[in-house]
Amino acid sequence: MAKTASYPNASDKGTPCDSRGASAWHGFAPGTWQARIDVRDFIQQNYTPYAGDASFLRGPTTRTDALWNIVKDLLKKEIEAGGVLDADTKTVSKVDSHGPGYIRKELESVVGLQTDAPLKRGMLPYGGARIAQKALEAHGREMDAGTAEIFDKHRKTHNDGVFDAYTAEIRAARSAGIVTGLPDGYGRGRIIGDYRRVALYGVDRLIAERKEEHTADDNGTFSEEWVRAREERQEQIRALEALKRMAAGYGFDIASPARNAREAVQWTYFGYLGAVKDQNGAAMSFGRTSTFFDIYIERDLADGTLTEESAQELIDHLVMKMRIVRFIRTPDYDALFSGDPTWVTESIGGMGEDGRPLVTRNSFRFLHTLYNLGPAPEPNLTVLWSQDLPQGFKDFCAKVSIETSAIQYENDDLMRGYWGDDYGIACCVSAMRIGKQMQFFGARANLAKALLYAINGGRDEISGKQVAAPCEPYAGAYLEYDDLVRRFDKMQDWLAATYVKALNIIHYMHDRYCPEHIMMALHDRRILRTLACGIAGLSVAADALSAVKHARVRVIRNDAGLAVDYEVEGDYPAYGNNDDRVDSIAQGLVKGFMDKLRAQPTYRGAVATQSVLTITSNVVYGQKTGPTPDGRKAGEPFAPGANPMHGRDRHGAVASMASVAKLPYGESQDGISYTFSIVPKALGRRDEDRVENLRGLLDGYFAEGGHHINVNVFDRETLIDAMDHPERYPQLTLRVSGYAVNFVKLTREQQKDVIERTFHELC
Amino acid sequence: MSLCALASAGVCPAVAVSPAPPASLPAGGVAGHVHSVETCGSVDGPGLRFVVFLAGCPMRCVYCHNPDTQSRANATVRTASDVVRDALRYRNFIRNGGITVSGGEPLMQPAFVRAIFEEAKAAGLHTTLDTSGCLGDLADDALLEATDLVLLDIKSWEPDLYRSVTGVSLEPTLRFARRLEAKGVPAWIRFVLVPGITDGEENIRGLARYVADLGNIERVEILPFHKMGETKYQALGLPCKLTDIPAATEADVFRARRLFAAEGVTAE
Repeated sequence: MAKTASYPNASDKGTPCDSRGASAWHGFAPGTWQARIDVRDFIQQNYTPYAGDASFLRGPTTRTDALWNIVKDLLKKEIEAGGVLDADTKTVSKVDSHGPGYIRKELESVVGLQTDAPLKRGMLPYGGARIAQKALEAHGREMDAGTAEIFDKHRKTHNDGVFDAYTAEIRAARSAGIVTGLPDGYGRGRIIGDYRRVALYGVDRLIAERKEEHTADDNGTFSEEWVRAREERQEQIRALEALKRMAAGYGFDIASPARNAREAVQWTYFGYLGAVKDQNGAAMSFGRTSTFFDIYIERDLADGTLTEESAQELIDHLVMKMRIVRFIRTPDYDALFSGDPTWVTESIGGMGEDGRPLVTRNSFRFLHTLYNLGPAPEPNLTVLWSQDLPQGFKDFCAKVSIETSAIQYENDDLMRGYWGDDYGIACCVSAMRIGKQMQFFGARANLAKALLYAINGGRDEISGKQVAAPCEPYAGAYLEYDDLVRRFDKMQDWLAATYVKALNIIHYMHDRYCPEHIMMALHDRRILRTLACGIAGLSVAADALSAVKHARVRVIRNDAGLAVDYEVEGDYPAYGNNDDRVDSIAQGLVKGFMDKLRAQPTYRGAVATQSVLTITSNVVYGQKTGPTPDGRKAGEPFAPGANPMHGRDRHGAVASMASVAKLPYGESQDGISYTFSIVPKALGRRDEDRVENLRGLLDGYFAEGGHHINVNVFDRETLIDAMDHPERYPQLTLRVSGYAVNFVKLTREQQKDVIERTFHELC
Repeated sequence: MSLCALASAGVCPAVAVSPAPPASLPAGGVAGHVHSVETCGSVDGPGLRFVVFLAGCPMRCVYCHNPDTQSRANATVRTASDVVRDALRYRNFIRNGGITVSGGEPLMQPAFVRAIFEEAKAAGLHTTLDTSGCLGDLADDALLEATDLVLLDIKSWEPDLYRSVTGVSLEPTLRFARRLEAKGVPAWIRFVLVPGITDGEENIRGLARYVADLGNIERVEILPFHKMGETKYQALGLPCKLTDIPAATEADVFRARRLFAAEGVTAE
């Protein structure tokens, strides 16, 4: 315990000393953060809000330009190589599995790669060995025979465990596509370690905390919970030791706290790097770091040890690292979540509970990377918007959105009440208190298909197979609203039960065979777990019910009596036009399904939540769903997330936004995603008008209670040109349901879907 | 100039002006003929705006891109209160903008416009009137007092050209402009740049000199003629007058801007 003297405890309000005697915490205001792990308190005691504009920002340094040119060249080669530049086939990736790797050591202000070379993908078989093999094969590689044998003969994986426990009903629901995208063969992700703790406290302090907890728990009464917690704690301590070894390989001793801005960024990044070496989670978010880093940067600027140029360089280099996080995936996975996403989500801005904006100069620097390095889909830059944010920051955000289409926005005024002022966004839209909360990611259930099952007595409209528990099919010529609502309600009981049972199995097995020890080591010992369910096809289901209620919908059956198509006679109010006749139906669907989820038992005491989010899976869901009573044709993509169906929102952008904003966040606490695309001219004539009007739209949408919005500003013609000439648009970035992608990396179907989606020609 | 333009030159269409409310009055106050609304306009006045297009226009501009608003066929009769209530559903979006009444020619229904603006102002909304000014005499002082901004569309400077383009006289529009100046009502001047018709150098310079002399002008906007209205003519079964007119290019706008600048007017 040689290092125990290097951090203060409750009775010692001093600052820690590193081995060279310099005080890592010099100049910081004291607080409870010194006595216990409390990054939020550190931020609150020490940060400097910034209310000015963007004029202080600096361009890239020559080092940044040189390094980025190398990375750009590698990214180009990666595309030319068919998507994967290189992949490890032998070494199982762990926190400290690989020695140091560099892009160009002498140019890098922030170091550390997932493997020993940039864009070389690690091999992570714990989620599923066969899937890891398939992913390698899809890219012309084969797993090393020795490694394969270990997983074949000696080591079970998450995917094996899940299929041991799945029921026949779950398997049927899964293959019919009424539940899809389940994390049963890939890492669940959606956990955010509080990587800042590595920088603020140093790893030894974190280890000491866990050890103390372990001893204090010695006298606990036996239960499975108790023994599991004991084992997990020890594994977390081992993971932290591994983290120190990994950093030591790069020449850094992260046992002690970071002493300056460069170390703070580097230490924090090492924490994150440990996570992405250890887990190929679907979404591996970074957290909420910009204002945390700003405290160190301000101190260094005041000390004269850092300049604005070098501060920006530090953030540019960190962001470059975030841009090259990679996992190797199967083609199935890529079809669901297109464009090789990793969801390195960084949350920026928001307000403090005391009313001070959490915007600092460093909030600007993060967004400024979109200019210094050009637009890119990662990191997934997420602005936590409040009506009370300083106007200089709001205007800068609007400007960056108009010029890069690379930012998403979420309603801080709404979320702060639920999650406080130190939450981050996992993946696309899921808020969680950093270091205090995690989620069991649950993909989504297909509400539109469930409606068809309700009509067909639980049989699938495409295969004709009995998937859901059998019930009497609807026999009438025209659908009747009250009858359909009753049937649909019963079908949702079945869906919720089947779906949540599958999720419980998945997360039980994930904890068992693919646990996230390094990430959980950067959490409090006691945390809140949510079971993050989700729905797809909300607008289809709402419009279908509206059509049945307000128009006439004739059922068309095949010879076997299966309803296979619908004919809508007359007009009906469609969701997306600020029309309460149908918006209330959508609201009711969200609440109704949430109530059913709440009624299910959950693994490990998780609190059920749901999202209205599809990512790019709206295309696949559509492919797997027959014609629907709203007039949608077989296979036609759903609208993404909570969006109205393409072309049905005819009353302009704000009417569409107003409809989405009505969806109740309290019933969908994992997030409600809305993707908004507008042509530049529709935002106004002058540049400054466009900034002002986009700011006004965001203020309006969030004041109405909207939760999330992706903002895309460009002409449809640009996208069509990019489809034909991808080489001209290597960095064309656009927002799709909850994340950003390189347009040229989308599948052709998804490109078409994006182009066909409603572009608001009028604001 | 196109044949169509000559055909309509000098003809004042017989469209009734109704300072009085329409006969079939829905309950609850002043009503009028509404063509359509746009929940969020960004180009008809400052900020985001709820834009109400009123039906009916005394002009028959050769290049009209909203021919569907010229008559009252298919218009909806709505009360001013109903319109303002609708706008207020978007209060959060338009709080830095407001409400714009456009057309058609809104001053064909001055009592309706006044009722809308008075209610809107009472609800705290900024009000903008988008007009050609040709019926400016019908706007009483109370209406102007409830008007925060006028978008005054001066179609042409040369009187003969003005008549041939619009079918009506320029004189009332200029009278209205001076009256706005005298009453201190802020205005934006708009000028539709139509290649081959309104883009003559003297036509533009003359307008620029006039505008330079007005004391209440906050912005001058050159609106480049576009051909998006063509399909509307087809849909309405009207002879399309736009076919022969080319859309204004960026170079056309640049040239017009320089002509304005030569007279000391910054046009956008």
